[in-house]
Amino acid sequence: MANSLQELGHYGIKFVGKLGGITMLTIKFILSLKEIFRSSRLIFEQLYLIGVKSLPLIVIISIFVGAVSAWQAAYQFKFIGAPLRFLGNAVGKAVVIELAPVLSAIAFAGRVGAGVTAELGTMRVTEQIDALESMGINPVRYLVMPRVLASLFMVPFLVIFADFVAIVGALLISIVGVDVSSSLFLDGFRNSFKLSDFINGLIKAGVFGFIIGIVGCYEGFHAKGGAQGVGEATTTSVVISTVLILIFNFIFALILFRLQ
Amino acid sequence: MDLSFIEIENLHKSFDSQQVLKGVNLGIDKGESIVIIGQSGCGKSVLLKHLIRLLEPDEGRIVVDRNDLSQLKDKELIHLRQRFGMLFQSAALFDSLTVEENVGLGLRESRLFTDKEIKKIVNEKLEMVGLTDANQKKPAQLSGGMRKRVGLARAIANNPEVLLYDEPTTGLDPIIADIIDELILNLHQKLKVTSIVVTHDMKSAFKVAQRIVMLYDGKVEINGTPEEIKTTDNQIVRQFIEGRAKGPIKV
Ligand SMILES: Nc1ncnc2c1ncn2[C@@H]1O[C@H](COP(=O)(O)OP(=O)(O)OP(=O)(O)O)[C@@H](O)[C@H]1O
Ligand SMILES: [Mg+2]
Repeated sequence: MANSLQELGHYGIKFVGKLGGITMLTIKFILSLKEIFRSSRLIFEQLYLIGVKSLPLIVIISIFVGAVSAWQAAYQFKFIGAPLRFLGNAVGKAVVIELAPVLSAIAFAGRVGAGVTAELGTMRVTEQIDALESMGINPVRYLVMPRVLASLFMVPFLVIFADFVAIVGALLISIVGVDVSSSLFLDGFRNSFKLSDFINGLIKAGVFGFIIGIVGCYEGFHAKGGAQGVGEATTTSVVISTVLILIFNFIFALILFRLQ
Repeated sequence: MDLSFIEIENLHKSFDSQQVLKGVNLGIDKGESIVIIGQSGCGKSVLLKHLIRLLEPDEGRIVVDRNDLSQLKDKELIHLRQRFGMLFQSAALFDSLTVEENVGLGLRESRLFTDKEIKKIVNEKLEMVGLTDANQKKPAQLSGGMRKRVGLARAIANNPEVLLYDEPTTGLDPIIADIIDELILNLHQKLKVTSIVVTHDMKSAFKVAQRIVMLYDGKVEINGTPEEIKTTDNQIVRQFIEGRAKGPIKV
């Protein structure tokens, strides 16, 4: 018991230390934006590698996220005896506000955050980052800025697709499995849809994208040892991004959706 | 005070509990060619990395051209680094870039050259290291010795004033090794490049050095001309250059 408490404390201290380091890297990232045009080619490359290539994954998970939320909502509705014409309202809200941004971001952390950390971590332990510095190239501008920017812009972009695909998935399940007509579902969805919810979802997604990019780069930059060190950094990167995403998501909920 | 071009003063460096450098003092003049020798693991690569602040001293300081490295602002450090070229022991090639792109990266990022000029310089440097048929290959497709030579071509690409070579001939066949030694000599004699060479290869050391420095137990054990090194009666140095298993050096 004492031991696991100690371990938890140790873990907490390490986490706070990392947050300090991540904040420092954020400042360096912002300073590097002065030279954004010098890195434009690298930024476009990353937008493609990080963003466009994540599209299939986001589409697949979104179909199922939409489908399961329609199914589970219908199940609950039946249980409490709520009318199914509200199915579109409930599912639409849940998808646009929470499910699409959060689940897309977590899938993105697994795919892109891990990839960025593994790539930069390998570059660190094989002295490639030292080599960049030795040539007078700022690795924050050359490596971090393009990846963080790409991730910052691409998560919201992907969430637009995720919103759409998840609603389609929910609609299909409603028609086929729940016996709600498409017009009934879509009327419900339309009645509850607020542009501000959609925009708030995208803003959240941007913040999540930034977190994934900066944490991925930070962990890669601080990888030590060899293949094992890179592996550990990659795991840590995904864990920290996921935890931060959920913490920030809660903070957003408190700010954007006040109860009174 | 009369400072050398590069001044290493009382340099201490530890990793965790392991003390690697325990007070290294060394001055290197402009245009000099100096070879650093010492046992594997004695801190030669660590010393070299301090000269362009890839590592920072725990104690002591490095002064280059009157600039205390620890005092430099980011911009100034970048400018200083651009005056240096470094060949890493592991070559440290960028594995996502081709040979050509590796050698040309510094030139491209300096934004002082057109693509055509870069291509010309890159080919010229690759020819100097005897590698003319691998331009489009990725580092993973090269042999160890080829990588080393690409690393060397990259280090000399922007005609630096100072070249840091970390074991330039390790892993090369004797003929290529001699070509590289000639190249180091040439850069030094014709272009007046200050050369700092870390090597285990005593033949190469005596060929390129004006001065040889041996690191031992975290300090400079000897610092003299090749002649002085050959004739010294310091038993530690003798054991090392003669490559004997028995002697005062404990392994
Ligand atoms: N980044 C690092 N982290 C921890 N220890 C390090 C690091 N770099 C070097 N060391 C340690 O410092 C010591 C000196 O290493 P260095 O690479 O300078 O040796 P070297 O003299 O270049 O040896 P070799 O001739 O084998 O290349 C070694 O014991 C090594 O374990
Ligand atoms: Mg070494």
